[in-house]
Amino acid sequence: MVEPFLSIQHVRKSYGTNTVVQDFSLDVEPGEFVSFLGPSGCGKTTVLRMVAGFEEPSAGKIVVAGKDITRLKPNQRNVGMVFQAYALFPNLTVAQNIAFGLKVGGMNKPDADRRVAEMLEIIKLPQMAERYPYQLSGGQQQRIALARAIAPKPKLLLLDEPLSALDAKVRVSLREEIRSIQKKLDITTIFVTHDQEEALSISDRIAVMYGGKAEQVGTPFEIYNRPATKFVANFVGTLNVLEGTVTDAAAGTVRVNSEQVSLKGKLNGSKSGDTLTLALRPEAISLGRQPGRDSSLSGEISEVHFLGSVIRVRVGIGGNTVSLDTFNSPATPPPAVGEKAEISFSSDDMLVLH
Amino acid sequence: MKSGKFWAWVVFALSAAYFFIPLLATFEFSLRLRRGVHSFDAYQIVLGDPRFQATFMYSVIAAIFTIILGVLVVVPAAYWIRLRLPQLRPIVEFITLLPLVIPAIVIVFGYIRMYGSNSPLPFLASDLGASSLLVIGYATLSLPYMYRAVDTGLRTIDVRTLTEAAQILGAGWSTIITKVILPNVLIAVLSGAFLTFAIVIGEFTMASLLNRPAFGPYLQNIGANRAYEPAALAIIAFAITWGCMSLIQILSRFAPKSANRPN
Repeated sequence: MVEPFLSIQHVRKSYGTNTVVQDFSLDVEPGEFVSFLGPSGCGKTTVLRMVAGFEEPSAGKIVVAGKDITRLKPNQRNVGMVFQAYALFPNLTVAQNIAFGLKVGGMNKPDADRRVAEMLEIIKLPQMAERYPYQLSGGQQQRIALARAIAPKPKLLLLDEPLSALDAKVRVSLREEIRSIQKKLDITTIFVTHDQEEALSISDRIAVMYGGKAEQVGTPFEIYNRPATKFVANFVGTLNVLEGTVTDAAAGTVRVNSEQVSLKGKLNGSKSGDTLTLALRPEAISLGRQPGRDSSLSGEISEVHFLGSVIRVRVGIGGNTVSLDTFNSPATPPPAVGEKAEISFSSDDMLVLH
Repeated sequence: MKSGKFWAWVVFALSAAYFFIPLLATFEFSLRLRRGVHSFDAYQIVLGDPRFQATFMYSVIAAIFTIILGVLVVVPAAYWIRLRLPQLRPIVEFITLLPLVIPAIVIVFGYIRMYGSNSPLPFLASDLGASSLLVIGYATLSLPYMYRAVDTGLRTIDVRTLTEAAQILGAGWSTIITKVILPNVLIAVLSGAFLTFAIVIGEFTMASLLNRPAFGPYLQNIGANRAYEPAALAIIAFAITWGCMSLIQILSRFAPKSANRPN
């Protein structure tokens, strides 16, 4: 086990009687990219601000590289941060913005100039040194903000929803750029976002937060495919939720609509007669019987949406509706609304939500 | 809406006439010192008067110290209120408005009672002390203008995020205020400074009751004893005030532009 570089230990934050972060713990390894993912008000930014030193924890401890930084001021922590609103200094040029932290840290001018040029090369904006922030696009401003944050070689990089204010196309390219710079510099990074696609695409691990707690911490693969709670399953990705009743707890069989599905080893102490909430990702479902899929359910096609390369089909099964995507094939006409249909899936892919 | 525009111009012309006709009349009157011809004799007399130069210089120096004191008090206070104590803003705004509703004469009588030569803080026992008290009094009088100008400037920038961005880069409070906040509200501070300057140059009550050799009492003295020179002085005072206002306009073009509001 690698010694954690950042260790957030049982941190809690309350404002009066309102507790916004409750008993949050997380260890981050050196060079790891961890995302805090959750809806607005889940406490993800508060945890980040406590790591930065802008908020003081009501309880708990934050340790970076073996040093307790819980009570240190933000300017004593050697942490870099990129803000949602860019926060470039409007009175300074791009080069002066990047050099700000270097000058404050006492670096001499020739070294600072060299470092600024190096940073501008890394973010691929070497020609922008003399521009002012108002002369740059949002994406360019955020890249400058990133360069400014990493120029003083901080121990830890904090990214507070840095892509939220950008348009979709820039968001995708910039997130890839952030990840590549982070890997290149091997800097331990915490990234706060409410966008699951962002978190899934660039993180080593994700902490899904809800109600001031970490609901689940895991790799993007684990979070998506093995959500630990109902909230994680619903928040990350699209999910088809089905109601089922345990028919034989010992054998692990569950009745969905009028068909039996085997969920052996997944019932987690449920008794016969218990009602369960089951979930299936759209990509785990096929239309019609397919080899290798051990379970199936019958229903009726209720909606068909032609989306070009993909056809989205909704199938009514009892009181539930299941959504699935099939690839468009010019040789095969899309299914028609009202047709009887069978969907198949592997019972291993069915999630039991607790 | 042509008729609407017409009436707007009528109102504008009437207002301009109400403002400019007395000013033009005063200017014209100030040129009549020499019988039968228009001349700048009154201006020559005024500008050549050693008392004009001495009192004007005194008021300029008092204005400069007032501005420095105002900036030192108001900028950190307004900044801190925006950053950490926004709930106090209405109270502070009310306090800064008090000099507009409490007459200067009341304030100065308070000063004389509080800081007389027999008091524990005998400001009035020496010339330097009395002048310092005058500067403090002027800073109080200019508070409504200085505070509002600075607060408006702070409103145009994201004070909290810029502060946090500077803090996380290692900056302490003095660096944040001098390198980040002040340069970004400099034009607002200068606006407040020029308004302060205009107030101090013409102020009479405090300077007179504290017996200071300022420009205000000199204006009053000339006005009571001469005919044409007060008119010339009034025009000079107007020119100084308008000069200050023009400087505010010119300097505002050099204001740091925010990325969100580039113009």
